[in-house]
Amino acid sequence: MEANAVLDLMWIVICGILVFFMQAGFTLVETGFTRSKNAGNIIMKNIMDLCIGSLGFWAIGYTVMYGETIGSLIGTPTLFFDDVENMHNLFFQTVFAATAATIVSGAIAGRTKFSTYIIFSFVMTVVIYPISGHWVWQGEGWLTELGFVDFAGSTVVHSVGGWAALVAAILVGPRLGKYTDGRSNAIPGHNLLIGALGVLILWLGWFGFNAGSQLAISGDSANAVAGILITTNLAAAAGAITAMVVTWISYGKPDISMTLNGALAGLVGITAGCAAVSPLGAAIIGVVAGTVVVFSIDFIDKKLKIDDPVGAISVHGVCGALGTLLVGVFAIDGGLLYGGGFSLLGVQAIGVLAIGAWAVGTAFVVLFILKKTIGLRVSREEEVDGLDRHEHKASVYNK
Amino acid sequence: MKKIETIIRKSKFDEVKEALHRIEVNFFSYWDVTGVGNEKQGHVYRGVSYSTSDIQRRFLSIVVSDPFLEITIDAILKSAATGDVGDGKIFVSNIEESYRIRTKEKGTDALK
Repeated sequence: MEANAVLDLMWIVICGILVFFMQAGFTLVETGFTRSKNAGNIIMKNIMDLCIGSLGFWAIGYTVMYGETIGSLIGTPTLFFDDVENMHNLFFQTVFAATAATIVSGAIAGRTKFSTYIIFSFVMTVVIYPISGHWVWQGEGWLTELGFVDFAGSTVVHSVGGWAALVAAILVGPRLGKYTDGRSNAIPGHNLLIGALGVLILWLGWFGFNAGSQLAISGDSANAVAGILITTNLAAAAGAITAMVVTWISYGKPDISMTLNGALAGLVGITAGCAAVSPLGAAIIGVVAGTVVVFSIDFIDKKLKIDDPVGAISVHGVCGALGTLLVGVFAIDGGLLYGGGFSLLGVQAIGVLAIGAWAVGTAFVVLFILKKTIGLRVSREEEVDGLDRHEHKASVYNK
Repeated sequence: MKKIETIIRKSKFDEVKEALHRIEVNFFSYWDVTGVGNEKQGHVYRGVSYSTSDIQRRFLSIVVSDPFLEITIDAILKSAATGDVGDGKIFVSNIEESYRIRTKEKGTDALK
């Protein structure tokens, strides 16, 4: 193997390891933003979607996504991938698939049946995520042929997870006590320190997520990788600052958990365009995402009355779609502001809508069937006592 | 012998402890309590405002011999006060007997 190929492979592997660590971040954010009586259930959901995703993506999901294309719609599935020259790709893509799956977990925290979640998570990693992923990343998918740009997965990973989370949160319904007399009640998370640590771990992992998606570091890729690290970091920082300022103005105080969501919003927003926009473009995308995330969380919570304890729908679904569209505005090559006209923006919109419809439609079918068969929700008694006590006969915090 | 139970602000605990040490009341137990009262605490979480009447205070249980009663109460009244609503309460009750487990001493000897 020649030296540059070794370097590229090593970069993909290192970034894959960083993306893997994002699972810890998701676990911590979801646990910290919710009540302590459900912490054990959240641990189990996050561990299991990683494990099920790892096995499922290896067993069939990877080839559904990257196998030889059938009509630019789906890869040719083969079982139990074992191509020794592509193990680094399998690894890198597996941790991405696990990320898409785990996004759903946060939006339905505190009231969803564990067994149902496991089944849904499996379908997510072997069907929903890989098929729409094929359209964009396999190389011959129909969105690739249109010229759709989603470098690291604002839409392919985050929006897919976010839209599935939207459907799941609607079908499972709000937590008991979340809405009374038509008003939204606060259900404060039990440990914002854990939530903050989770956000910082996600931020760290995101450097692997975005810069790793260059899939190379030798030659000209070296500068591209460094540029991606900068756009990623700037968008996250701008997102957090903006969310803080917006909440400071609208609520009177800088809200802690919203500021944390703002950083994630910036990261999700820049994921599609991290290699296509300038540092200034990245900062602006962060500002837009950090603003939109606050109003979106507010709107979904108070107007639509959909209970999303961690803000996953807004952070991943809304900001993922937004970031993908903004590529059409800020892309140095083809963006609206750089004289590229509306064609890229139009293609971006087609991709956002098509993948959104796919994720919403398939998630609905799967979850609706689960709702009518084994059920989505735990009993009232279980929910009041906490999922830890009934689903797992355990408690996380013991003296 | 008297038992003095007092509920005070957490922020005043160190001052109360110092004041008790100065009058040589060196033994007491305390724990954190949650109660309801006149005070309401406003919060905002993710843009939703809510208020709780849950009030966090510290509860001290002090057993003293009769001659110490007045000065102990005096020390608490001075050191725990801010003048605002929510400074807390003091309750006094009789203690029938006390023992020191190690030496089997009883009565006020057990308090020294």
